[in-house]
Amino acid sequence: MKKRGKGVALIYYPTGMAGGGDTTQAFVKIKPDGGADLFLGSCEIGQGIKTVACQILSDELGIPYDQIVLHNSSTDDTGICTGTFASRVTYFAGNAVRAAAADARQQLFEYAALELGVTPSELSLQDNKIVVANEPNKSMTIAEIAGKVNWTMGKLILGKGNFWKEPGRIIDAENGQIDVITTLAYGATLAEVEVDTETGQVEVLKLTNVFDTGKTINPLLAEGQIDGGVVMGIGSTLMENANPYYPTDNLKPKTLGDYIIPTTMDVPPMQSFIVEYPSANGPYGAKGIGEMTANTASPAIANAIYDAIGVWINDIPVTPEKILKALESQNMA
Amino acid sequence: MQELNLKVNGATYSVSVKADMTLLEVLRDKLHITSPKVGCNTGDCGACSVILDGQLVKSCITNALMADGKEVVTLEGLSKPGKLHPIQEAFHQYGASQCGFCTPGMIMASKALLDQNPNPTDEEIREALSGNLCRCTGYVNIIKAVKEAAKKMNGGE
Amino acid sequence: MTLVGERVPKYDGLGHVTGTTMYVDDHYIPGTLICKGLRSPVSRGKIKRLDTSLAEKLPGVAAVITAKDVPFNAYAGDWPVFPEEDICFKGQLLAAVAAVDEDTALEAISLIKIEIEEETPIFDVREAMKPGAPKIRPDGNLLKFGERDYYFTNQGDVEAGFKEADFVLEEEYFYPVAEHTPMEPQVSLAVPHPNGSLTVYTTSQCLYFHIGQLCAVLKLPFSKLNYVGATVGGGFGGKNDLHADPVTALLALKTGKPVKWRWTREEELNCSTVRGAWLMRIKDGVKNNGRIVAREMESTLDGGAYLSFNPYATTKHAYYAVGPYYIPNVRVITRCVFTNKVPSSSMRGFGVTPCSYAVEVHMEKIARKLGMDPFEFRMINALRKGEPTHTGSIPDSVAAIEVMQKLAESAGIKLPDKLMSMKSDERRL
Repeated sequence: MKKRGKGVALIYYPTGMAGGGDTTQAFVKIKPDGGADLFLGSCEIGQGIKTVACQILSDELGIPYDQIVLHNSSTDDTGICTGTFASRVTYFAGNAVRAAAADARQQLFEYAALELGVTPSELSLQDNKIVVANEPNKSMTIAEIAGKVNWTMGKLILGKGNFWKEPGRIIDAENGQIDVITTLAYGATLAEVEVDTETGQVEVLKLTNVFDTGKTINPLLAEGQIDGGVVMGIGSTLMENANPYYPTDNLKPKTLGDYIIPTTMDVPPMQSFIVEYPSANGPYGAKGIGEMTANTASPAIANAIYDAIGVWINDIPVTPEKILKALESQNMA
Repeated sequence: MQELNLKVNGATYSVSVKADMTLLEVLRDKLHITSPKVGCNTGDCGACSVILDGQLVKSCITNALMADGKEVVTLEGLSKPGKLHPIQEAFHQYGASQCGFCTPGMIMASKALLDQNPNPTDEEIREALSGNLCRCTGYVNIIKAVKEAAKKMNGGE
Repeated sequence: MTLVGERVPKYDGLGHVTGTTMYVDDHYIPGTLICKGLRSPVSRGKIKRLDTSLAEKLPGVAAVITAKDVPFNAYAGDWPVFPEEDICFKGQLLAAVAAVDEDTALEAISLIKIEIEEETPIFDVREAMKPGAPKIRPDGNLLKFGERDYYFTNQGDVEAGFKEADFVLEEEYFYPVAEHTPMEPQVSLAVPHPNGSLTVYTTSQCLYFHIGQLCAVLKLPFSKLNYVGATVGGGFGGKNDLHADPVTALLALKTGKPVKWRWTREEELNCSTVRGAWLMRIKDGVKNNGRIVAREMESTLDGGAYLSFNPYATTKHAYYAVGPYYIPNVRVITRCVFTNKVPSSSMRGFGVTPCSYAVEVHMEKIARKLGMDPFEFRMINALRKGEPTHTGSIPDSVAAIEVMQKLAESAGIKLPDKLMSMKSDERRL
């Protein structure tokens, strides 16, 4: 018999390393024609920091995206980024790039103020131009000022910035309380499943997901994180086990034919929604969502299985064998 | 050592190979055509997928000598300078590539599908790509990209 | 035109879709030697003899290295590049070879003579924790946090909380060992330069976390190591440990030639770090009105053989054991137990994924027991603005209730008005 059920799960996830004490540094060099070189030690592992960093720099300096060159591949050429882990990079690198851009912008404003005969505080950035407040006709493009500074004054414009998270402050040593939280993001999934009580097979019919990004810097990439994370969660729930005869080390999977991860055939219909509850100190309010997207599917699916057949799943992966055994002991009870 | 003559992306090559060499080893180690990736060497992941005389093959489990006198197309052979193939364009535009490691194999599998079936359903796309693993994207945007590419290749939009 | 908030295609996307993105394995440098490793066939034992002389004599072999070739033989805390004597897990690297090609390297590996005195391995964390259990590590099988062999984070008075409760639910959960499975396995390419410096092409997802560790192993200043990477074929936490880099670097320094090592998928699955298994016990005290008033959680991480990121995962699990809820009285104890298995380290969700799973299944059980709607039960316990987490922090952003409302709305579930009008920034009734 095929039985259907629904299950929900609600989670939070911290952005950044628990404990803090880590940094990301960035610096930006304005090219003589108004383009920029951005130097950032953050690793791209597919999540999209290269894109996000250049989007932010483009907005902060009024420099077109395609005139920004990102340098992030070598430790000789970049400052520190502790690493691409702990859902920290958009938050840390995003803030570091903003700070470096603000420094470069201030230098551009100071030189532009000399050229335009005003004070730097009268200047602002509009449509890729540095303009004088209340005098919209008085302006210089970034290319004009960068050319002047580099070619006729011989000076280098180099902006630098970083984002540093203080090590966790001890709140109550006796209770082991420590302020480890940079910010929290939230997520929830509703799973709908069908369980075949004869074969033990679980089919995920649909997943509805909601994740809180704080502020989405790039929806295309954020959606990609959600899709990938949720499908990884499906793998954890229904397939993946690197130690099938735990706690022993016996018969560990040796190929990707043994260690089964989801394929195109395992992806159920999914609807994912992004909500934005900003973090006070995130870049534009952004939080990290890289990891949390993998955390909702397992409990939601497990709870849906209970809803379908009245069997609790206290350990995963949920194999057909496990379902059949549980149903058997349920029948005997 | 044996002589292997093959065409890759339109160019003709003649290389001497050991009898147990795979097509992937010849492409990468001999010809330095590096878009086909070594992900598993057991034919499970599909990162090494190329098209051999019109058929999609996993080059890591294809003996190199099977390609003798034949024509291989890898991802490098899809685009012309400044002009992407519609599948490449769609993968880029719709976020079908994250870390990018599976992308060459995915695009070749997609091309093999669309060459034979210009108007695939979602289910047909899923089946055609089921031998190519991706750990980043959850496949959602990959399936979408193939659909959009098919539309474009059929003259839509 | 502002770009923040826009669907900008990936900066590196054109390289990906044209096959021109250069991953570590795609760098071909003339004269590069190929590396292969000898790995332990046993889970625990002592190396009695390791004779590499035959392998070294094989034509085409440039170098064979073992523990004695490593200037400082530990990374990620206490993980030796090669063990001096004690083998701690099956698949542990014992020696490595650099040769002109893969076949020669593999043949050389087969010529290394090794005698191991096998010892009984400890796999089960419960066995490892028993008093008098054989010690896998010199300072015991439990990870030390200062004086203690567990980590904890408490709030309120958990005994008083349980007294106040109308009922108690206690259950055990298990989260299995997982492999990150990036499509790109571990690959490393080390290129030596005439001035004694090195360029190491790496799959690391944290160049700056690793450069210090790698320089320490090699006893080189940062100025002698240019660490090049940041184009990674998937990580998921599986490339937060040095893995292949110390070996290629040592072989490159010894031979004066570029050395490349690409792990097989079998090595990736069996010898790279994993997310270790977690055993979790949750005991909640609940009032009939649906409020959880006390939680005791005790979790044990199977850390495998070495430290790696285990201390971090163990503490992080303790910090996030409550979930996005406010429970006034909490006691969380987490442990890391060492066993003769491949080291556990970071993996997407890092200590939190297992407790999110256990906590959310447990929440569902309580809701069912109460006969309460699962949305309502979660929402009345959800954290409100101004309430502390059990770590004592006041989060700057609280939105668990709103996320549940959005989920209900999106999934077509009609929640009663009292739930749809609930807000995180309104005080708890």
